[in-house]
Amino acid sequence: MARKSSTTAKVVVTLAAWTVGLLIFFPILWTILMSFHTEGDAIKQPWDMLTSPWTLESYAEVQTRSNYALHFYNSVVISLGSTVLALIIGIPSAWAMAFVPGPKTKDLLMWMLSTKMMPAVGVLIPMYLGFRNLHLLDSLTGLVAVMTLISLPIVIWMLYTYFKEIPGEILEAARMDGANLRSEIIYVLTPMALPGIASTMLLNVILAWNETFWTLQLTTHNAAPLTQFIASYSSPEGLFYAKLSAASTMAIAPILIMGWFSQKQLVRGLTFGAVK
Amino acid sequence: MGQITLTAVRKSFGEVDVIPSIDLRIEEGEFVVFVGPSGCGKSTLLRLIAGLEDLTSGHITIDGTDATDLPPAKRGLAMVFQSYALYPHMTVRKNIMFPLKMAGMDLAAATKRADEAAKVLNLTNYMERKPGQLSGGQRQRVAIGRAIVREPKAFLFDEPLSNLDAALRVNMRQEITELHQELKTTMIYVTHDQVEAMTMADKIVVLNAGRIEQVGSPLVLYDNPANTFVAGFIGSPKMNLITGAEAAKMGATTIGVRPEHLEIVESGGWTGVVGLSEHLGSDTFLKVATDAVGTINVRAGGEIKLRHGDAVRLSPQAGKVHRFGADGKSMA
Repeated sequence: MARKSSTTAKVVVTLAAWTVGLLIFFPILWTILMSFHTEGDAIKQPWDMLTSPWTLESYAEVQTRSNYALHFYNSVVISLGSTVLALIIGIPSAWAMAFVPGPKTKDLLMWMLSTKMMPAVGVLIPMYLGFRNLHLLDSLTGLVAVMTLISLPIVIWMLYTYFKEIPGEILEAARMDGANLRSEIIYVLTPMALPGIASTMLLNVILAWNETFWTLQLTTHNAAPLTQFIASYSSPEGLFYAKLSAASTMAIAPILIMGWFSQKQLVRGLTFGAVK
Repeated sequence: MGQITLTAVRKSFGEVDVIPSIDLRIEEGEFVVFVGPSGCGKSTLLRLIAGLEDLTSGHITIDGTDATDLPPAKRGLAMVFQSYALYPHMTVRKNIMFPLKMAGMDLAAATKRADEAAKVLNLTNYMERKPGQLSGGQRQRVAIGRAIVREPKAFLFDEPLSNLDAALRVNMRQEITELHQELKTTMIYVTHDQVEAMTMADKIVVLNAGRIEQVGSPLVLYDNPANTFVAGFIGSPKMNLITGAEAAKMGATTIGVRPEHLEIVESGGWTGVVGLSEHLGSDTFLKVATDAVGTINVRAGGEIKLRHGDAVRLSPQAGKVHRFGADGKSMA
């Protein structure tokens, strides 16, 4: 009896999970499907669109109109550059907060998180003017810097949580064994926290890859990443669904593939602390 | 090498004085055990010597050099932790070689020294394993290996055997003692287990609430406890501490009689009834409820056949009664 009801429950849960999963995935799936049709077919009723002939026309169009390689390069530089910089600053910071906390460490952590509570547009004007005066508009240097700053609170929080899990005695043992602070971080702490650092890095690359607000505001062409490339296909009038979909598919494909291959690390990173 | 002096060492955490003030001299090559109940400050004292905690005031000198403000790495001491604190991502070999790598020793020499240590500690077959693949006793050996390769001025042990099972603990206890006899290096060993203290130490430091109650060799502490705390702490089963009329008869506030110094007599003595009797074969432990001095513990020979409810008369052996004054101090 108990077994029968549990089987039913399993079926229900599985169905529900698949439904939710498909619902979440549906917009991406539809974007991919639209990208393989002509502009005319893309705005047809769903069934009519699916039965109309498939084509790579939109991809060809996007290729001729935009410099995908440049935007791809910019996205890679911005997301990897900012993540690496954020880790270089974040690892020692999180080390300090986890292992030599001061009386204000908790407040500091909360304050860092609070910067995420304000909408980005709130600081648009000072940021924009600052960028303009420093001649950083539409430059990769400027974008990497701003993305590093945006990433830091999340990076430090995640690393802090991972570091807290490492027994302090092991670091003390390293100190007794003659390790100075640098050796302690390089040879003991970092290798032990490597899974945590890896998931922090992956998550941050994805967040930086998809960051749209600042990339749209602070770049025009030279430093424009793939988010800007997608936005350039959105238009107030005319037919652009298929080309926009093709551009979106091309923009998300690299990160989707990376995410697929590293999903184990990512899930661990996202659920860390939730389940012990 | 390995002479350590503590002068007026004080440690407080915020408002709490964990160690009010301690003066202690540890001689070269000595095996010193810090023993005391949980929270008495023994581990803190060890960590102060190691440099893992900063002194609130006072001085620590190692081999005549002021080490008060030296970082742990510069003190030339090695420590074995309760949790072993091995590096989980490194093999046994790399764990043992880590201090040598930090000291900048070249790889060939470091490997040679690690191999020698492994041989002494029976770890040769485990050198390529990670700590997670080892048993508790093997992990402890690796931790000791990591300490001995450095050839430190002194070894610090922080309750190193408390995570091991009883049988292994006895083995490791003997191994550490033998290691000390072989290396002749100063060792400071923290434990709450007075049996470990008695069996291993050249010198025992009994701590209570951050204060030294008594310093001496195991037998000095056993035969001449300075106060009721040491009397009750050293020795197993515990010394019987008796107050009241019987103590007053001997001109003391408290008298102490060890269970093994109580004799079962035919006449005279304190009358009582056996409450609990534990027959261990070699010994018999009795708990006897007496009229005169309350419940007391007795350690008798293995041949004693007394059982629950039997009447018995007990008398302390002549010259084996310890007398303590109102302040708890020995009146010897």
